[in-house]
Amino acid sequence: MSTQTVVREGTILPPGEVVRYNFNERLCHWLNGVTYLFCMLTGLAFYSPYLYWLSFVGGGPASSRFLHPWVGIFFFVAMLWMHALWKLQMVATPEDQAWKHGIKNYIENRDDLLPPQGRFNAGQKLFYWVMFYSAIVLLITGVIMWFPELIAGTAHWLLPIIIFIHCAAALLTIGAFIIHIYMGILMVPGGLKGISYGRVSEEWAAHHHRLWYEKIKKR
Amino acid sequence: MPNEAMQIKAISAHPGPVPGGNVSRDYDVCKLIDTTTCIGCKACEVACLEWNGYEFRETTFDNTYQTMPDTAWNYWNLIRFNEHENEDGTLNWLMRKDQCMHCADPGCLEACPADGAIVQYANGIVDFNQENCIGCQYCVTGCPFNIPKFNPTTKKVFKCTLCSDRVGAGLEPACIKSCPTGCLHFGSKDDMKDLAQKRAQQLKDHTSYHNAGVYDPETIGGTHVIYVLHDKDHPERYGGLPKDPRIPIMVRLWKHPLKWLGNIGMIAGIAGVLLHYVRFGPKVVDKKEEKKP
Repeated sequence: MSTQTVVREGTILPPGEVVRYNFNERLCHWLNGVTYLFCMLTGLAFYSPYLYWLSFVGGGPASSRFLHPWVGIFFFVAMLWMHALWKLQMVATPEDQAWKHGIKNYIENRDDLLPPQGRFNAGQKLFYWVMFYSAIVLLITGVIMWFPELIAGTAHWLLPIIIFIHCAAALLTIGAFIIHIYMGILMVPGGLKGISYGRVSEEWAAHHHRLWYEKIKKR
Repeated sequence: MPNEAMQIKAISAHPGPVPGGNVSRDYDVCKLIDTTTCIGCKACEVACLEWNGYEFRETTFDNTYQTMPDTAWNYWNLIRFNEHENEDGTLNWLMRKDQCMHCADPGCLEACPADGAIVQYANGIVDFNQENCIGCQYCVTGCPFNIPKFNPTTKKVFKCTLCSDRVGAGLEPACIKSCPTGCLHFGSKDDMKDLAQKRAQQLKDHTSYHNAGVYDPETIGGTHVIYVLHDKDHPERYGGLPKDPRIPIMVRLWKHPLKWLGNIGMIAGIAGVLLHYVRFGPKVVDKKEEKKP
């Protein structure tokens, strides 16, 4: 069997590697990543005068303002795709509770004291739901902010509330995003490979997601 | 513009004090609109369009003397008309020249995220600088009078400039120039306040408008456009002039506590994860023991 045709998540490859994410999952993740990053950087430009220079990401302040809502729509669509792919796997499971109790051990890298985890641990699930619900809030408030002139005459009082909520939800995602980036790049070596081209070592799978590893091993 | 630095301070061998010395110049400008003498002729609307180079646009007839329902990006000045029925069954035709109020504490400027898109001059004029405008319309959100208007073609926001170009050259705004009844006045803020008070007193003393007064709302630090109203307690009758205009509280909360909370959160987040890396480092996967299920 050629390694090039690997599609299915959980496939065990000859050199001791397993497929962590299939191509659709990887593509979906990076669509989310790129559109979110664009919206975050251009959004930060409008958030603070000290970060106004970040609007170069969108080709200048005015074009950033023009593109931000459109890319936001793409982000939401990508989020819906991700939801279709992962919503069942992001549902809370019994082992999540034990993991949450042992979160101190997870943070301090005493992984041997942690309960075995499935394909996604409780932290990953939490990040997913924060992003998913925030995306809904950002979409609803964002559409109103896109065309404020339509309600400025009749429901002007609504506008500042909408902006406040949009800003607060965006800040919440940024907090989650900082942790996500740190863990993906620095804290969990091998994780970035998994989401980039899909392959992780069998040891990595067994260490971080033992229940998932045992399940795919039995297939 | 007179150059203050070149004002004479001392004169050699001059008997007595310096002529004109110790005179302070009042730079604050103000437009006074006396709604009690406005006849709704719309000369100011036309003068505004002419000076600012906009073509006259289609009007809307809705059985009133109002040109159209609202101001527009290329129609900055509108006489709002309201037929008010008094308690005794008599009618009042209330005319109010609606335009930017040039607040001392401008909500548009507070809300604007674009560097240099809104400026407030020392004379009190609040001006939009369209070349820096990004079209986000946060100013629309911040304005308690719903004045800034969006041009969907250029994606820029426009409003009354109080003819900053004319005032800068020592002229009065175009609308003032055109008013045939003299209900519009232009001068220093102190002079206009004084004139407005006198007119309100005159109305109280010599007419049946015993509740006449001046509209110069303190809730936004006063405005550089002030009104004389027949009834100072009911500004909302004049086409929805707010009684206590304020920058929306949510704009203040968004621009101050939320922003600082967000700034601290982001910096603490980045510092926190880096500190974690330094303290605990990455998660190491043991090659030998892990693989066995």
